[in-house]
Amino acid sequence: MYSEKVVDYFMNPRNAGKLEDANAIGEVGNPKCGDVMKIYLKINDKEIIEDIKFETFGCAAAIATSSMITEMVKGKTITEALSINNKDVAEALGGLPPAKLHCSLLAQEGIEAAVADYFIRKTGRAPEGFRPAHSTCTACGGSCGGGAAVQAQEEEEEKFVSEDHRVAE
Amino acid sequence: MTPRKVYLDNSATTQVDRKVLEAMLPYFSEEYGNPNSLHAWGREARKGVDNARSQVAQLIGAEPKEVIFTGGGSEADNLAIKGAAWALKDKGKHIITSSIEHHALLDTVKWLGKNGYDYTVLPVDETGMADPKELEAAIRPDTILTSIMYANNEIGTIEPVAELGEVCRRHGVLFHTDGVQATGHIKIDVKELPIDMMTMAAHKMYGPKGVGALYVRKGIKLIPVIHGGGQEFGVRSGTENTPGLIGFGMAAELAANRLASGEIDNEIRLRDRLIGGLTERIPEITLTGHRTKRLPYHASICVKYVEGEGMLLLMDAAGIGVSSGSACTSGSLEPSYVLLALGLDHPTAHGSVRMTLSKDTNDEDIDYVLEKFPPIVEKLRSLSPFYKKNQ
Repeated sequence: MYSEKVVDYFMNPRNAGKLEDANAIGEVGNPKCGDVMKIYLKINDKEIIEDIKFETFGCAAAIATSSMITEMVKGKTITEALSINNKDVAEALGGLPPAKLHCSLLAQEGIEAAVADYFIRKTGRAPEGFRPAHSTCTACGGSCGGGAAVQAQEEEEEKFVSEDHRVAE
Repeated sequence: MTPRKVYLDNSATTQVDRKVLEAMLPYFSEEYGNPNSLHAWGREARKGVDNARSQVAQLIGAEPKEVIFTGGGSEADNLAIKGAAWALKDKGKHIITSSIEHHALLDTVKWLGKNGYDYTVLPVDETGMADPKELEAAIRPDTILTSIMYANNEIGTIEPVAELGEVCRRHGVLFHTDGVQATGHIKIDVKELPIDMMTMAAHKMYGPKGVGALYVRKGIKLIPVIHGGGQEFGVRSGTENTPGLIGFGMAAELAANRLASGEIDNEIRLRDRLIGGLTERIPEITLTGHRTKRLPYHASICVKYVEGEGMLLLMDAAGIGVSSGSACTSGSLEPSYVLLALGLDHPTAHGSVRMTLSKDTNDEDIDYVLEKFPPIVEKLRSLSPFYKKNQ
């Protein structure tokens, strides 16, 4: 189900833990959906990400994507880091199962939230177009909060298309 | 030395017993006749099928004619629910079930609900127990059928089927129970219990996959789900899966022997060692399901601050096979509906791990799990943003 790389980054997570001297922190996801990612950044005067750590509550894919994105953005400028999107992370991991693609989005959003936090701390507000942390939960498509996704789920039941792989009886 | 392998997912499926396999083998290429044929080949196969039916009937105290073989537990559930609902459609159209049933049951009832029937889903308490009083309150004049499982697959809770069945009997409502997880593991005597129909599956009791049975009390009429040659007393057509049925029969006989020998007590002891040992070694875990009214082989817990899939994969890497009801293992973002029905919050339900023992699990296996599991939890908790917040 998972690529070797995903398994490796899950089993041997890079940059895991808390960063005591972080000057930017982003937290995204929702415990209800089973994925919460917290990104700690230490950004220097030249706006280079000097150090990065993560803490993640979530499945193997969530841990592996957190782990991978921290490696990808470390040493990069903020602008470079923000140009890395979820597809890049998934690709770097040798692909993710379709049901787990939202984890890579969470990783991208984790970086965005942390960078937003950096600017909020520095200038008092987030730059244009930035989402503050906790504003969305795209991971579950909003199913944790009801609304459209729940409706979609009900419609799916209506059609009786059952694609999920439920826990074996 | 080869590394230890400990399979603790026997609620998912069990290893076929060697004696079961040996009993099955001749029926593939030696006694290969169609049990419906009149010649010697057919008669030999028929003898085997009849014997298997008696063995399964004996396990649960039924008459052989009350056992309908099917292609597994899900099919037996479908036959019981649709078959009874269709047969009784002129009497009423209301069905009662519980919130923690297997999908084979719940989805069948919901499908009937979209096709002219009405249903009530009973809640369960925090241990997963359905309440006979609530059942009684839910019965209406047009209620024809109630289905509540004998024991739950995810949390191991054994339901009060005697009381539930009694309520149904008093009100003239048919009572079906999904006995897939319970049959062969706890003593069940349908002569003593007010059960009208019960689902069984061979592969949960060291028999082959794709073979099941529905116990149907004498006198109950079912409309078939599968029409055809009229096999299985006209209720389930299709040439009998002779080797499979032979295997089921042998598995049932062996299970009956185990139940009579008291071997099950050792399984309970090992289960409790596992539950107790983990509770001692890992802070902030909770047992799901009922503490004592639970299947002898069933241990299920929720580990706070971590997600089930990670534990499952790290356990797998350590040679231990377990399962989880977390969202990530189900391919959706919702954790198991069974765990939510107990009133657990989402983050806790995401941390579920189920360990189900087999008749061959031993003390060394439990020692091994007790040694390997705590550091795995510790490792994942060290990654979790929630854990430290609570330090």
